[in-house]
Amino acid sequence: MTAKERMQIERVKMNELDPEYRSHCIEEVNQGLTEEQARQEAQRCLGCKNPQCVQGCPVNISIPEFIAHIQEGQYLDAAAVLRRTSSLPAVCGRVCPQERQCESKCIHLKTGGKAVAIGYLERFVADYERNNGDGKVQRPSSNGIKIAVVGSGPCGLSFAGDMAKRGYEVSVFEALHEIGGVLKYGIPEFRLPNNIVDHEIGLLRQLGVTFNPDTIIGKTITVDQLKEMGYRAVFVASGAGLPNFMNINGENLIGVMSSNEYLTRVNLMGAARDEMDTPVLKGKRVAVIGGGNTAMDSARTAKRLGAEMVMIVYRRSEEEMPARLEEVKHAKEEGIDFHTLHNPIEYRGDEKGRVNEMLLQVMELGEPDASGRRKPVPVEGKTELVKVDMVIVSVGVSPNPIIPRTVEGLETSKKGTIVVNDDTLQSSIPTLFAGGDIVRGGATVILAMGDGRCAATAMHNAITKGEI
Amino acid sequence: MNKILSKKQFSEKVFSFIVEAPLIAKARRAGHFVIIRIDQRGERIPLTIADSDPVKGTITLVCQKIGVTSTRLCEMNEGDSILDIVGPLGKATEIRKFGTVVCAGGGVGVAPMLPIMKAMREAGNKVISILAGRTKELIILEEQVRAASDEVIIMTDDGSYGNKGLITNGIEMVISREHVDMCVTIGPAIMMKFVSLLTKKYDIPTIASLNTIMVDGTGMCGACRVTVDGQTKFVCVDGPEFDAHKVDFDEMLMRLGAYRDLEAEAMNRYLNQK
Repeated sequence: MTAKERMQIERVKMNELDPEYRSHCIEEVNQGLTEEQARQEAQRCLGCKNPQCVQGCPVNISIPEFIAHIQEGQYLDAAAVLRRTSSLPAVCGRVCPQERQCESKCIHLKTGGKAVAIGYLERFVADYERNNGDGKVQRPSSNGIKIAVVGSGPCGLSFAGDMAKRGYEVSVFEALHEIGGVLKYGIPEFRLPNNIVDHEIGLLRQLGVTFNPDTIIGKTITVDQLKEMGYRAVFVASGAGLPNFMNINGENLIGVMSSNEYLTRVNLMGAARDEMDTPVLKGKRVAVIGGGNTAMDSARTAKRLGAEMVMIVYRRSEEEMPARLEEVKHAKEEGIDFHTLHNPIEYRGDEKGRVNEMLLQVMELGEPDASGRRKPVPVEGKTELVKVDMVIVSVGVSPNPIIPRTVEGLETSKKGTIVVNDDTLQSSIPTLFAGGDIVRGGATVILAMGDGRCAATAMHNAITKGEI
Repeated sequence: MNKILSKKQFSEKVFSFIVEAPLIAKARRAGHFVIIRIDQRGERIPLTIADSDPVKGTITLVCQKIGVTSTRLCEMNEGDSILDIVGPLGKATEIRKFGTVVCAGGGVGVAPMLPIMKAMREAGNKVISILAGRTKELIILEEQVRAASDEVIIMTDDGSYGNKGLITNGIEMVISREHVDMCVTIGPAIMMKFVSLLTKKYDIPTIASLNTIMVDGTGMCGACRVTVDGQTKFVCVDGPEFDAHKVDFDEMLMRLGAYRDLEAEAMNRYLNQK
């Protein structure tokens, strides 16, 4: 096939559940590509000699290579390419902001076309492997060196896999009762089904990784005790646990909660199901504050729990929203209202302390700020009162303080993140490495995974050289 | 899995369990709590650690039947296992020599108070414990409290045991006869509010251990947030103990009611199933 022919093929459309149907159930919205669709989409890849998409990927997946295998119908070979660099391809294919990473560099964009749907193809291959592969991985022979991992989110899992493949005896310690971190408690089933995460965890178990739920490093076991227990080094991937609030009046009223609380109740505790003991408020008029993926997840969850009106309140315009394009599109299709250029300044409640109104400040965009985005500024005197019975605050998270508070001599930043060497992710304590949100202060699944990979390589090098 | 080794009934709705949890038994100090999940259906609920035996690897938990999960826990027996226990959580109590310390515990709050009494006394304080309950039947752990205190005053609302009156009457009795350097209070939020108001009047530093709604217990959800000195704090990681005089108890009382209707519905469902 000539390049011209390849360029004439239309970009594939993801198969999705009908918006009306899906907004009342937890089934996964994206249904994936069929084999025919995937092969046709793969034909669109020109196989650039100097592929920019690879540069756009935080873990530098060999993208044209895996797509070439799809063109040939060799899906398991394609999966093997993904596995070389990504430990959670089925997850990344679903939750990465491809439009800002790999796909944003695609050659098609330079000629006015649409990028190759790299994310869809990644997902197709990972799903194909899960459903058709033998599901077995060879456990490498052990080198006898014990490594501890704090946290079982995407960063910790990615690190654990890479170290286990090198023969280390890896133990992962998790505070919650479930393994998977944000992939379990945060991202809803309709976007990332739990069985996909569990499959990946199963593969890690085959590699010899052991998981210890209900164990808080710094509380149940200290970092010093890990050393006494024979762990040569520790990788901290404890995440950005603490939800931010805005410190405005009425924020502690009943019905105002963090997205972490809301999503944890629904996703981790199954609170929407009658047979579960954990309750969750089911608002009829719900406002979600924020414009990130977690805000979209919260809004769409509220819709699924029967809300009549769900509104995203975001202080900038839609263009600046940090959420993935697809999440915004899905949310809109499901009937979520977008109230951009508004910012809550006060919540008001009834006599029982239940929120019933929010006061919004109308905003406009001013000069660009430090993030490069135009800074939202209040329009003097313009406010709006909106009736609500539930508010979900989704304005970012701060680093979990447990490790920084309990490890003596560990250098941390003013924000409470662990300070590490940018290249090696080694902290001020040579045997302690850290990555993901505890270092970045709130980023994406793929960046966290990239950190896991990077730290695994650096720790392995340090151990091999006898430095630690 | 954490096996229940023994179970005791303290009062109609209050039970004590000795449970296997070797790592927590070793790591915990006075003031710490755990989050438990009894089974796959269970809610994650916080319970303060009343005692531990690091040698046997056990902790003692005291639970009052309130919602579905706590009721189901109280219906569990020796030999059953609690699916998840995580901890020790929160900051430990600051233990040092203050002088005379009044420990004012109400209802099931006496259980988490017990290790604090012991530790305060070991640190050289004179410990005066005041136990309060609506009626005689609700006074728990009296014997253990006597062993851990220099003096014990018992208050019942109806006068069926000890002195008739509220916990605040008991504290005032002590204040009126001797100097008090420190007060620690654990119990229902409304009780801690009035203890705090009283000791503020007498300018006695007071620590309250707060028992708010929690989900994860590690700072992740913010369900437990309270206002202390005008600032939002998370009870699970910043507490559970705070300067009582700075706690907004009215807000805390309001927030404790967040799920009251849903809990009542769930309780009805549970009772109907049975």
